[in-house]
Amino acid sequence: MNPDELQKLIRLLYTGFSDGAILALIALGLVLVYKATDVINFAHGEFMMLGAYVGYQSLVWLSPVLEGPLLIIVAIALMTVISIGVGVLVERLILRPMIGESVISVIMITIGMSNIIQALVGGIWGKSPRALPADILPGDGRFELIIEGARRPLFLSHTNLWGVVIVMLITAALILFFRYSKHGIAMRAAADDQQAAMSMGISIRVVFALAWSLAAVTAAAAGLMIADLTTGVSGNIPGVGLRAFPVIILGGLDSIAGAIIGGFAIALIETFASGYIDPSLKDVIPYMVLLVVLMVRPYGLFGQTRIERV
Amino acid sequence: MPTQSGIFHEDYASDMQVRPTTAQRVRIGLVLALIVALPFVADVGTMRIVNRIAIAAIGAIGLNILTGFTGQISLGQGAFLAVGAYACGLLMVYFQLPWTLAVIIACFITAVVGGVFGLPSLRLKGLYLAVATLAAQQIVEWIIIRWDPIDGAVDGKATDALNIPPNYLLGNEAWRLNDNEYAFYIVGMGLLVLVVIATMNLFRTHFGRAFIAIRDQDIAAEVMGVNLFRYKVMAFAISSFLVGLAGALLALHSTAISFERFTIEVSIEYLAMIIIGGLGSISGSIYGATFIILLPEVLRNIGRAIAGSDPASIAEFNRILPFAQQGVFGVVIVLTLILESEGIQRIWRNVKDYFRLWPFSY
Repeated sequence: MNPDELQKLIRLLYTGFSDGAILALIALGLVLVYKATDVINFAHGEFMMLGAYVGYQSLVWLSPVLEGPLLIIVAIALMTVISIGVGVLVERLILRPMIGESVISVIMITIGMSNIIQALVGGIWGKSPRALPADILPGDGRFELIIEGARRPLFLSHTNLWGVVIVMLITAALILFFRYSKHGIAMRAAADDQQAAMSMGISIRVVFALAWSLAAVTAAAAGLMIADLTTGVSGNIPGVGLRAFPVIILGGLDSIAGAIIGGFAIALIETFASGYIDPSLKDVIPYMVLLVVLMVRPYGLFGQTRIERV
Repeated sequence: MPTQSGIFHEDYASDMQVRPTTAQRVRIGLVLALIVALPFVADVGTMRIVNRIAIAAIGAIGLNILTGFTGQISLGQGAFLAVGAYACGLLMVYFQLPWTLAVIIACFITAVVGGVFGLPSLRLKGLYLAVATLAAQQIVEWIIIRWDPIDGAVDGKATDALNIPPNYLLGNEAWRLNDNEYAFYIVGMGLLVLVVIATMNLFRTHFGRAFIAIRDQDIAAEVMGVNLFRYKVMAFAISSFLVGLAGALLALHSTAISFERFTIEVSIEYLAMIIIGGLGSISGSIYGATFIILLPEVLRNIGRAIAGSDPASIAEFNRILPFAQQGVFGVVIVLTLILESEGIQRIWRNVKDYFRLWPFSY
């Protein structure tokens, strides 16, 4: 392989992985909600946008009084608390009346919710993008990757690498939560068999509220990271959320491992298709993959096969 | 069909009647009279809105056949509208077909495309089907943007539009369908009436009943001898035929079309029409289409009245309006689903029942 091609390969792998980490985080939120409540949340992209704007606003408010890492930590804590509130509120007001309704009603109510959130965010902050007042992700600037004989130097950004690390940390925290904490185990039990879990004294309401809050928090984290990696908070964030649908279909709607592997897989397919075939394929290739997966393996790579009963 | 007590059907012919009571026949007569009288009293602005409602109602009836009657969720409505519109436009531009022929062929093309995208529906249900149709939406949108001959573009820019040649009703130069609202009304409203009659009769045939059986319980339907695959694909094809018709009419009713009119937001608008109007109801589709088309107009007028003539408040009104329209749209969907999931059609029936039974409702 000649140096220029090697360089291109490394560049594509690098963007693919850093993109994939964020996609995986988004898909994780969708899977969390689906596993616990059987709802596909079409407003997940709007949760991301709302979280990112809340994070942005906290940074704006806090930047005169705090600075450095403390500012970031307090702002993120504030964003987390508000996101938890949003999750609980959404579950209580909108999704709970929908328990037992048909799939189309549940899909439409999340779509209605996405419109409300977009209108709120647009009405409060407007549509033009706004740069974050401080960098969220640690690491600044870029480093040069030297490959002997390459015609042009290759610069890679530090921030993207930190994005991957942070996604890994969040995932690890979630896995520990599900394995060792009381509420995490209760959530797994409820996902496995709701009736049995209820008869063991697990409150399904708490489980649902927890699932929506966790989804809102991971969505906010993903939204803020996207804002930091691109030009800032803007109305384009929900579009990124839409890209998570091929991911969860590929990985399986109810598999956390599937969401993570699917996120990396879809992002790598996107970057390689756009790098080697045609840049515009980026938008459509995930959906082509999705159609193939649905034809061949409808329950995804790791999803649980459901047996339909009359 | 449920009717009030005291009405007895003594033979099959009267049992199969679509409108058995005198009151219903009178109402149909009134509606038809209104349709005929409207162009003589309405101004151009009203006619434009009525025409948009007629097109949307045809599309909503098409979607309702698939989603409301057969129970197959589609997020790809915008894509099928696009297929109809672009097929009609391209046939007129490249083959110089008269608009009547172009519209008919466009309907059949959309039916075939819809049938093809319906193929996965045998294996996929509910959520999975919804996501598969989302894929159809994205792929068709991408093809329209990228495939250059489709809008005569060379650089694949998203802003390119396909110009629609002028079409005349009965060859009369004064009746240009592209912008003469009165001429278009004859075509659009005429077709809507035809579509309503055809769809009502569809659900009196074995096709329509098979669709409803699939929605209510697909495995039971299969046991009773309904070929699931065949009827699901057929539901996709029939539904897409009507959606293609709506798309073709959209093309006729404009001087140029571009992909912005067929995005995922359009799919969501149509889903909202049938949810708000009433799933599995033809009159509901029309109520829903009317509601969704009128909603932004009404909000704009209310906003204008509140803003008054002060320039500062007008600027603020212009900033808020799109978000208010979007927010109210979302709130209406959420409230409909939580409070009355059968939509306007059910509310209208409740109101009628209230007055019919008044003052002794039990």
